[in-house]
Amino acid sequence: MTRMLPKITVWRAIFAAILLSGAYATYLRIFYGLGGTTNLSDRFPWGLWIAFDILCGVGLAAGGFTLVAVVHIFNIERYKPILRPAILTAFLGYMLVVVALLFDLGRPDRLWHPLVMWNPHSVMFEVAWCVMLYTTVLFLEFIPVVFEKFGWHKPLTWIHSISVPLMIAGVLLSTLHQSSLGSLFLIVPEKMYPLWYSPTLPAMFFLSAVGVGLAMTIFESWHSSRAFGRALELPLLASMGRVLAVLMSVYLWLRFVDLGRRGVLGLLARNRSETWLFLLEIALLLAPTVLLFQRKVRMRPGALYMCAVMVVFGFIANRLNVGVTALEAGSGTHYLPKWSEVAVTLSIVAIGFAIFRVIAQHFPIFEAHAARAEAPEALVLEENHVGVG
Amino acid sequence: MFKAILYDSTLCIGCKACEGACSERWGLPYNDKIATEERISAHKLTAVETHGERFSRRLCMHCAEPACASVCPVGALQKTVLGPVVYDPDKCIGCRYCMQACAFQVPTYEWDHRLPKMRKCDMCYERQARGAPTACAAACPVGATKCGDHEALLAEAQQRIAAKPNEYYPKIYGVHEVGGTSVLYLSAVPFEQIGLNTNVPQGPLPALTWRVLELVPDVVSTGSILLGGIWWITNRRAEVAKAEGKSK
Repeated sequence: MTRMLPKITVWRAIFAAILLSGAYATYLRIFYGLGGTTNLSDRFPWGLWIAFDILCGVGLAAGGFTLVAVVHIFNIERYKPILRPAILTAFLGYMLVVVALLFDLGRPDRLWHPLVMWNPHSVMFEVAWCVMLYTTVLFLEFIPVVFEKFGWHKPLTWIHSISVPLMIAGVLLSTLHQSSLGSLFLIVPEKMYPLWYSPTLPAMFFLSAVGVGLAMTIFESWHSSRAFGRALELPLLASMGRVLAVLMSVYLWLRFVDLGRRGVLGLLARNRSETWLFLLEIALLLAPTVLLFQRKVRMRPGALYMCAVMVVFGFIANRLNVGVTALEAGSGTHYLPKWSEVAVTLSIVAIGFAIFRVIAQHFPIFEAHAARAEAPEALVLEENHVGVG
Repeated sequence: MFKAILYDSTLCIGCKACEGACSERWGLPYNDKIATEERISAHKLTAVETHGERFSRRLCMHCAEPACASVCPVGALQKTVLGPVVYDPDKCIGCRYCMQACAFQVPTYEWDHRLPKMRKCDMCYERQARGAPTACAAACPVGATKCGDHEALLAEAQQRIAAKPNEYYPKIYGVHEVGGTSVLYLSAVPFEQIGLNTNVPQGPLPALTWRVLELVPDVVSTGSILLGGIWWITNRRAEVAKAEGKSK
């Protein structure tokens, strides 16, 4: 630990600065309301906290259900070593989404209202229920780690006995709300810029969530291998990279088929900020897709990692475009997040990284599969100085 | 038979009596400074806009199939049989989806409150329920805002256009917009020239999401059978492989 100190101090200073600004923004949010902390307005009621914290937060946590489906439902056992970190990411991700909601809702004290006040016609109602139930499922999928740590066998067998229906429920709930986050925008056809508004939004949101779930799994495996000096499951991650490439090419193909069918490809000839932000999003998704089809890229940890990072950023660009860019022109106003919106968002991300690190250090997230470290194909990365948080 | 408001922009003289009456009815402050604001907000639920020498009034359209009521996760917004779309602030969680979903940008928010509410015109629901006209209609000195039964007002609007075809743009705003609204507009010029959004869909908006939401039970039932089946097959295959491995 001591030898990590110099570099970690820089990270800790950044971490502390982010948390301090976040704490001050939280104070402002509580005492001065949304008006005092955000640049939201009657014409632009949703901003960064919805577009990033909720839309991206839920999406980036999609690795949890994707890997549960792969490992336990399709029974592809070799992916097991990266299942637990994916479930942990998902669980933390959803907890943080709830924290973000407490900031964004005008009345966070009424977070529980959808439990007893129902409107099945509302996409938001469906999302609220799915997120609530799925967070419970994730808790139950994660809790065996705690039981193992303390050697509690009785609850372990109990959880194990309900694990199959639990996992199926988790996959279904995720399918529903990952797509429903796209359905949220179906009701604003005239407000949204046509490069993003599409009746296929739910399907596109689901596909891209599965893709970014895989990318996040590669991302966190790489980081944890560096932070904890453990073996990188390269062959596994490489084959995951190939699946990701296939998935993203299907996604991009469908995106353009849809744009073509709606006859809006001509919009790309216009020199508007929407065009450039759309192209940025597509470039960030297309580049790693092309690269990941090449074996030599997939087998190089650094290149594989960069591809995963690009997919993550392309995904974030997509969600920010849907949640902000696409809605600006139609709203008749401009929106740029206030510093306090950014501070809260960064704090939530930073806290997520920090909690992941602490749990990964103290609970059997990776070590359960330490035996694989001796496998000849595994590559041990020496530089373990980049600890996040 | 539901209630409606007919606003005839050609008759409006821009006196803003409707604004004052509306604020009084809601118990909101109203003064010369607020009178100059030409945009609806949480402290001004109707606003008279000036477009050159013409006037136009903004208020909640009270859609026949309101997007706001369909998207509200807790059902704080309801379309009443009487016509008005009403809001229950005690249910509202402040997700602001109603604001996002409204094609007319009507719902506004108390951004600077610690415990904020959404705010919008409710067509004076309690006055209408006892047969009284809305505060704005009662206050209008020239009959530019008229309140009554939807059918009667629609017929009257058509009559006005037919009687003076030279003075009216030959359409009524609110008949086809988002599948019909309880507020109807007459104008001398095309509606976009008096600040109305003519780019709104011509059919009801809630259908756009319901098309997807109604699939949820199918996804759940088909999905659980499918996933359960896949699990059963793959798991069985693994067990068989294990058993065969042992017997060899």
